[in-house]
Amino acid sequence: MEFGLSEEQLMLADSLRGFLDQRLPMSKLRKIAEGGLGFDGELWSGLTEQGIMGIMVPEDFGGLGLSLLDAAVAAEALGYHAAPTPFAAALVMAPLALIASGDRAQQKAWLPRIASGEVRIGVGFAGMSGQTGEAAVRLAGNMLSGCVTGVLDGGNATHFIVYLDDGRAGLFAAVGEPGVSVSTHRSLDRTRPLTALVLHDAGVEILGAANDPKAAATAVLDAGRVMLAADTLGAAQSMFDKALLYSKERVQFDRVIGSFQAVKHTLADIITMLEPCRSLVWYAAHAQDGSPEEARVAALQAKAHLGDAGREISRLATEIHGGIGFTDLLGLHYWFKRIAFNRQLLGAPERCRHQAAVAQEWVS
Amino acid sequence: MDLRYSARHRALQEEARGFVKKYGHLSPKTGGGRKRPDARALDWQKLLLERGYFARNIPREYGGFGLPVDIMELAIIAEEFSIAGVSPGIMNQGISMLVPTLLEVGTKEQCIRWIGPTIRGDIIWCQGYSEPGSGSDLAAAKTSARVEDSQFIVNGQKIWTSSAHYADMMFLLCRTELDKSKHDGLSYLLVPMNAPGIVVRPLVTMTGRAEFNETFFTDVRVPTDQIVMGRGDGWHVANVTLKYERMLLGDANKLTYRLARAVELMKKTTLDGCRFIDIPEYRERLLKLQGEVMASKYHGLRLMTEQAKGEDSGVKRLIVKLNGTMIAYRLSSLVVDVLGAAGLAYEPVGEAAEDDEATTWQIDNMYDIGLIIGGGSSNIQKNIIGERGLGLPREPKSAPPTVRG
Repeated sequence: MEFGLSEEQLMLADSLRGFLDQRLPMSKLRKIAEGGLGFDGELWSGLTEQGIMGIMVPEDFGGLGLSLLDAAVAAEALGYHAAPTPFAAALVMAPLALIASGDRAQQKAWLPRIASGEVRIGVGFAGMSGQTGEAAVRLAGNMLSGCVTGVLDGGNATHFIVYLDDGRAGLFAAVGEPGVSVSTHRSLDRTRPLTALVLHDAGVEILGAANDPKAAATAVLDAGRVMLAADTLGAAQSMFDKALLYSKERVQFDRVIGSFQAVKHTLADIITMLEPCRSLVWYAAHAQDGSPEEARVAALQAKAHLGDAGREISRLATEIHGGIGFTDLLGLHYWFKRIAFNRQLLGAPERCRHQAAVAQEWVS
Repeated sequence: MDLRYSARHRALQEEARGFVKKYGHLSPKTGGGRKRPDARALDWQKLLLERGYFARNIPREYGGFGLPVDIMELAIIAEEFSIAGVSPGIMNQGISMLVPTLLEVGTKEQCIRWIGPTIRGDIIWCQGYSEPGSGSDLAAAKTSARVEDSQFIVNGQKIWTSSAHYADMMFLLCRTELDKSKHDGLSYLLVPMNAPGIVVRPLVTMTGRAEFNETFFTDVRVPTDQIVMGRGDGWHVANVTLKYERMLLGDANKLTYRLARAVELMKKTTLDGCRFIDIPEYRERLLKLQGEVMASKYHGLRLMTEQAKGEDSGVKRLIVKLNGTMIAYRLSSLVVDVLGAAGLAYEPVGEAAEDDEATTWQIDNMYDIGLIIGGGSSNIQKNIIGERGLGLPREPKSAPPTVRG
């Protein structure tokens, strides 16, 4: 038994972190965040060179065929740098949806294009994600109609997958498709937008090959939850690192503020929350591949727990910075908002916990 | 990441499972207050020692089973015993703290003399650390020992000495080098509790029970060979012991076990005809705690993996006590709330018999506060995490308080 990351996973984290350190300085982050679409061509092609496009695409289809834990390691690195790029939906949930619910021809058509970085697929759910907003679609033949808000990774997406509440999904192009109206808005988190889709008899490709469509859809949703939890983990770690550094530099009353117990104890509280969070996220990611019977509860609890711990840590880390932390000057707020965004998407803590109770048959 | 056991570990798991199935009925009841092990507990202990389910890695010449350390084996054994609800053997301060301390810094003679009887449950130890004037500031201990006729003569007072009223021996931190600095003047002595000049006075705690004692020393004579390491090394030895104590206090197995009991209770207990598990406010609290217990459990597995590889876990290890004791307290608080008004009939019966369920939970809930304070209080833990774990500077020394008057 070994509970931890492999050498390869550590290298993946190092290399992504190193890349983002260099290519995403604060000035660049601010520039991309101004537009708020969560996409930058230069960053995207750099990330393509890093190889993360095919992280979940099987090797047969030109990808790396890695595990969800590898994806969580990447998500943590992206969260650490508040990277304005599609990931959870476009590079994890979409390929998983095709693997679980696409037929062989659909997999052959789409997976290699995801792995090459050519297509970016936003993912939305009608009525099962536990997210607030509008979500009602109906399928007639292969014509999809209705409205879904709060779609993830829609900024500069080439295609969308929308899940129906019966677990089937429709895949369609973002541009030039009759009956498809896409509007992408900046969100509180300027590193990632939200998209609203309005569909009027839009022709879609149906992903309906799964034996148990609802279970397949749930697994994709849970994988997305683990990715958002991992993103929050990275963002919270980043805020903690910044607060720790600041507490060792900032001098008041002729002392660095980290020597005051009020500040020291706050930092101790943060790290005491944060390190077990990492183990929970790793476990939840691993369980999605390795322990199906524990996968559901682990994903839901990881999403819920990181939502709460992330909120607490982001507040405390901001407080330690004092007034300067509240300003735009440091840019600390990008991470704060990143964590806030992750909390609300794909089911907030209370909703996820309720579903965990249902999954354990504590309540019906 | 690989959560499967190797073939060898699976075989051990099978073996342990078979053992608890066959012999589990001989086990003493788990939990309960601290008391001297009775005949049943001593027989069970003997069986565990013979089969290598206890003291597995302690050398045979010291009374252990003599196998090389494999942290995974210990986890497997602990898990199987915990699932079956049978006692994993005697847990006390001698076994959990003194024995690993002797193994780390004791002489061979000391190991031979003390470890065997301690792990068999024949010698019970208590810990002589805190004093009325030195709790968190442990190194300020004033209890002294001077040497006279090749013997230490101990004078002073210790407090919070749990088990002192039935212990055979005490490991004692006291000041032997009056000319040295605070931390360099201490020694770690092994003191027989039946020595003339020792008076043990029970200290009743908030639970209403006398879980602790005050222990007074008046010219107590201790042979000079009953010192661990040398004179002036006491602070170092005491910290070795504390390291083991803090590992004990954050045990994630205990949290998992307690969570399962809380779930069970909430499924069967009702409020106005509604099961507690069906009431959203209580269920949400339970679910929140489940998330935290899971995080702690996997954090424990991560530390275990690092330990098995010989890696230093640094701050990740330092947070365990603070984290674990707080979650334990919040779990028992939830249970106390589920028991509600009906759980307030509080009549502890002492060490001779078992308390009813509600009283036991109320005691646990209060005792959890004791655990938050003991072994280095949470505030001290936060200093340790901040200073040793995160590299933050120490609080500058301030002037001693002036006496009013």
